[in-house]
Amino acid sequence: MTALLRINDLRIEGRRNRRSPYTPIVKGVSLEVKRGEVLALIGESGAGKSTIAVASMGYAKPGCRFCGGEVLFDGLSVLDMTLEEKRAVRGARISYVAQSAAASFNASLRLDDQITEVSLVHGVGTKAEAVERMIDLAHRMQLPNPEEIVRKYPHQVSGGQLQRLMAVMAMNARPDLLVLDEPTTALDVTTQLEVLAAFKDTIRDSGAAAIYVTHDLAVVAQIADRIMVLLDGEIVEEGATEQILHEPREDYTRKLMAAVRPPPKRSGEGSVSRDAHSDNVIEVTNIDAGYGRRRDGSIAVKVLHDVSIEIPRGSAIGVIGESGCGKSTLARVISGLLPAASGDTLLDGQPLAGDVKDRDRDQLRRVQIVMQMPDVAFNPLKTIGQALERPLEFYLGMRPDQRRQRVAELLNMVELPAEFASRRPMALSGGQKQRVNLARALAAEPEVILCDEVTSALDTVVGAQIIDLLKRLQDDLGVTFVFISHDLSTVASFADRVVVLYAGRVAEQGPTAQVLSPPYHPYTSLLLHSVPEMRPGWLEEIRETETAQLAAASVVEIGATGCPFHKRCPLAIKGVCDTQPPPVRPLPNGHQIACHREIAELGH
Amino acid sequence: MTDTPLAEPEPRFHRPELGFLGWMSVAILLFWVVVVIFAPWLAPYPESTILTNQSFGPGDAENPMVFGSDYLGRDVLSRLIFGARITLGLAFTATMIAFVLGVTLGFVAGIIGGRTDDFMSRINDAFVSFPSIMLALILVSAFGSSLVLLMLTIGFIEATRVYRIARSLAQNIMVMDFVEVSRARGESIWWILRNEVMPNAFIPLSTDFGLRFTFAILLLSSLSFLGLGVQPPFSDWGSMVKENQAALNYILFYGIKVAGAPLLPAVCIFSVTLANNLLVDWNLSRSQQDISGELIS
Repeated sequence: MTALLRINDLRIEGRRNRRSPYTPIVKGVSLEVKRGEVLALIGESGAGKSTIAVASMGYAKPGCRFCGGEVLFDGLSVLDMTLEEKRAVRGARISYVAQSAAASFNASLRLDDQITEVSLVHGVGTKAEAVERMIDLAHRMQLPNPEEIVRKYPHQVSGGQLQRLMAVMAMNARPDLLVLDEPTTALDVTTQLEVLAAFKDTIRDSGAAAIYVTHDLAVVAQIADRIMVLLDGEIVEEGATEQILHEPREDYTRKLMAAVRPPPKRSGEGSVSRDAHSDNVIEVTNIDAGYGRRRDGSIAVKVLHDVSIEIPRGSAIGVIGESGCGKSTLARVISGLLPAASGDTLLDGQPLAGDVKDRDRDQLRRVQIVMQMPDVAFNPLKTIGQALERPLEFYLGMRPDQRRQRVAELLNMVELPAEFASRRPMALSGGQKQRVNLARALAAEPEVILCDEVTSALDTVVGAQIIDLLKRLQDDLGVTFVFISHDLSTVASFADRVVVLYAGRVAEQGPTAQVLSPPYHPYTSLLLHSVPEMRPGWLEEIRETETAQLAAASVVEIGATGCPFHKRCPLAIKGVCDTQPPPVRPLPNGHQIACHREIAELGH
Repeated sequence: MTDTPLAEPEPRFHRPELGFLGWMSVAILLFWVVVVIFAPWLAPYPESTILTNQSFGPGDAENPMVFGSDYLGRDVLSRLIFGARITLGLAFTATMIAFVLGVTLGFVAGIIGGRTDDFMSRINDAFVSFPSIMLALILVSAFGSSLVLLMLTIGFIEATRVYRIARSLAQNIMVMDFVEVSRARGESIWWILRNEVMPNAFIPLSTDFGLRFTFAILLLSSLSFLGLGVQPPFSDWGSMVKENQAALNYILFYGIKVAGAPLLPAVCIFSVTLANNLLVDWNLSRSQQDISGELIS
């Protein structure tokens, strides 16, 4: 069978702005995709994955241009087409699914109108046929109530559903080639699982070909037939999925594989927690917090319900849960950015004021927060040096010459050269910015650093380097870390204790090894089972389980009565779990599970 | 990209070129600044002396007039030069007033938020909902149209527009992560305002300043054209168009030459507003580069 898409020696160059010279981005890449086949392009950001993927539609991103090679789609040379001819192909025969579905839908049009538009514009059948295909695809994407959901507006459905609807839109005109650009990267593990499965089924059923761009090897293992590894616009290695995963030929591929943290072990063994601490640097007791105020003074949207957590000195606490579970809210409460409605926060046994304004400077110094998005964490007009000097001046009252010296030490501590002090944030890569972000927190000489999803915006490789840095800092400086993440593997590799949050309540907490081994809270179990394993076939196995099917049927709901997880729980007891809040069941070493079921029933 | 330090080349900061149109605009604006400052030395005649009894004529042997005479026989060139002082000076001062008022109140509302913001913004909305010319007409007929009152009126009207921009800028910047970090550090609201909000609001506000200045010129000229703006014996470009509009009827009989008196002030208004807008565009592209590191064109 001949290839549907053939790219020969493709060369693309780009420039930063109109005055700078063109530099090569894609340096002679050749590939083939056959019908019914999924080719994955993997590599770190900047490797040229997306650039190659969109080149198959004859599209060059702004600032880029084709400078060599050819793109043959079904025998037609795409690069030689006029814009009119390209338009006829795009959407109808080749379609594109972007990373952010939220940004790809028009917020003021109903979903069904947007989904069927492509078919109507290209004249692929009548409106009724397009609608029929839409409903059929939505069923296959396992969307709940397809007939109803497509009549909603984009903001009325969840992120995972929107991503699937995006795929429905892309496939509505029955394209021959699908270009999927990191379509699951922005999703939670549980949602990612559903979306991946839906993509895989629909691609297989429709007999289309697909190019799947990602940096996540575990995802690739589930969906790709062949893998192409890219580095700086060149092919490192290409081969069947099994071969790349099990017998990589190139060092770079091995390095990529090494950066993937193994899924947390689900046996009794695991990292042994450090010595038992009795001394808590922070204690949070019975916190309720949320956003907005009603007229009577109560919280309009209550996010955290009765949360109590102990943070032992010198430890690393992992806080996990899907998005919307209140992880960041917890960090904002501890840092004083969001005063709690009730409950106490203790620092070294002393009560901390709820509002940052009422805390004294020394209390402020001892608790530092590191934000999620490195790109917006710095004032773009200040140099790195200025950003790092401010806490030194503010908390420690250092003179200018002392500050400059300390800035150099801090940069050294996060493994950056001292020259970076004179640069502006714009001139740094994401990983470098995140290091400076940590250095700024360290400048205050804090006792606790709250890290809010500090690796989420980064590549796997860069994220792994940041985790290694955090571990080293903890060993060297004895700082306590509260590490918030939706990535269970990362948390498991780093934290001594884990707190599992679900819909603003603590579902389970305790030493990492104990939380990640039976008995589990059913939600912990779901999270653990949803982390993709780097072996083909895992996705099919996991989808058969009742846990996964129930979990997919519903989403996180804040403010549900009873146990918030009951709708997605395979062990839910009718009449109990949906009406009464679960009791907290204590286990050894401060391990707690909040569940109506007896500990003995929480086996797997 | 691997995260080895220094692996990534530092993006260069490119200032977009001003280009031919840009330099023309700068030249035009500089020209007017010189005219405003040196008006008494540049003008060949006093602004309100009647030099000839011929309306819209070329002057006579004793008093040759480059652009001819106006409806009363005064020198059009001299009146244009003195008119520049009134038009540009008044519009500029009004814009300054608008910014001091609008930015201060807008930042207060944007940063404090809550009920204070609701209260201030709804009152402001009430004023914004009037077309500016209508609001100006009401205020001028209520309070009069001395030069100071005109300045205050236009300043106030433009301030309601500046307020909205300043408020939303402050709101946007206040929720940026780097401001959250400063708040968590325990910085005072004044420190945050001075160090985080003001510098980041400066370029968008300076762009708006250029636009507001243009609107102030147009508003003043419109008022004057309607006879409610600058009153004799002073005159600005807008009132010159009004005074001399009769000349437009004579074009058919005497040719375009006689129409200098009403048309040249209009050309002056056009030149300043166009030059100003071109510079605003340039400044805008500069600010877009500041945010993304790349010129959005």
